[in-house]
Amino acid sequence: MKRGTYRRIHSHPILGPLPDHQECSILVDSKPIRAREGEPILATLLAHGIYVTRQTEIQEQPRGLFCGIGLCTDCMLTVDGVPNVRSCITPVREGMVIVTETGESHERQER
Amino acid sequence: MSAKSAEILVVGAGPAGLAAAIAASKCGASVVIADENPKPGGQLLKQTHKFFGSERHYAGTRGIDIGAKLIEEAYSRSIEILLETPVVGIFEDLVVMALGHERLLGVRPKCTILATGAGENTIAFPGWTLPGVVTAGAAQTFVNVHRVPIGERAVVVGSGNVGLIVAYQLRQAGMDVAAIVEAMPNVGGWGVHAAKVRRLGVPILPRHTIVEARGTDHVSEVVIQEIDDTFRPLDGTASALDADTICLAVGMTPRTRLAEMAGCEFTTSPALGGRVPVHSLGMQTSVPRCYLAGDVSGIEEASTAIEEGKLAGLSAAAELGLLDPEAYREQARASSDALSELRSGPFGQVRKIAKDDVVRTYERN
Repeated sequence: MKRGTYRRIHSHPILGPLPDHQECSILVDSKPIRAREGEPILATLLAHGIYVTRQTEIQEQPRGLFCGIGLCTDCMLTVDGVPNVRSCITPVREGMVIVTETGESHERQER
Repeated sequence: MSAKSAEILVVGAGPAGLAAAIAASKCGASVVIADENPKPGGQLLKQTHKFFGSERHYAGTRGIDIGAKLIEEAYSRSIEILLETPVVGIFEDLVVMALGHERLLGVRPKCTILATGAGENTIAFPGWTLPGVVTAGAAQTFVNVHRVPIGERAVVVGSGNVGLIVAYQLRQAGMDVAAIVEAMPNVGGWGVHAAKVRRLGVPILPRHTIVEARGTDHVSEVVIQEIDDTFRPLDGTASALDADTICLAVGMTPRTRLAEMAGCEFTTSPALGGRVPVHSLGMQTSVPRCYLAGDVSGIEEASTAIEEGKLAGLSAAAELGLLDPEAYREQARASSDALSELRSGPFGQVRKIAKDDVVRTYERN
């Protein structure tokens, strides 16, 4: 898993070639990256080798993809200022601003 | 057709829910399906392999194509499918609450069919929270649907059909599979699937377990170990595999929360994945006008889910008076016979016995 490379499953013996799809650009931790419009945010991140979506609040342990269908809430991050969005089921839209979550929540910092 | 005036509400647009909706609609019922996902089809959308069974159950057809057929048929029958609409509650008199696009939607269908499916089980071991440790379903979803490699080299935990199929699908997607580890002394899934992965050179290691996932911010090494008959690791048999992905294929549990909320009576059935609502041969629960179909009624396969869906749809239509008793008996019998056929063979027989027990418990109560 190399960060910074862009990887897709371009050819597949059953599913055929990766269909062309509308691309868009999003900001992840202030860096612009390209995405396939409408795919889950986490798919974009994994394609770019970004696999840590957040760190746990107290022990600062990395988290990322686990269930992939919105049940486990492991892969949450901040989207357009809204914290704790499940990245595995939230579709990517042009211009989205995504921040991977680290350490303490705003609420804790304010206390 | 608006959700408010639908006679039958189906929860879940997977194989069971779609089949239920189609069967009821064929009898003339107005049907609406609610599903939390952005697309209908449930887990069929991820199944790139061909199914077994008889022609009635799409043998030789890939799961994705079966899903597409069911979806097309549902839409051609003008069945409305409310997507991104999770059902969040069922109350007295089958009042159902769904959350559609940030709006709460209350409906009061005459009949409700729960086809909520199953959730995947997990196991815990040191390092299991590291990115790179995923469920088998997550691997299928990201590789087959979103077309993104989730890693380079995987260890699959569990050699049931799901584990075997996922290992094969990872290879098709260009990933490597270091091994499939299996705690039991024998391979859990079908011989055909096991043979397919073995032909690709993927070792299946029975009497082995995963003991640790190593890495700092991602899995970089996987430690496996041989175990004895009591599942205790044997000293001196640990080995570290070079892998960045761990796929957990360790079974599923019926998603029964709505059935519990509806007040359905339950029974415990290890062979069916745990606690399941009791139901009649016609998939009727202990709550009047509330039916079940598919994995929520016990973990089986897509083919059985489709047949159970048909049966539930017929039962609901009969309840509404849209199917005369004789026609119902005849069609329900055909479905029951088909289910018995699907539940034959060494694997199916276990489920057949368990399902018969569930029905007997329903009839006793």
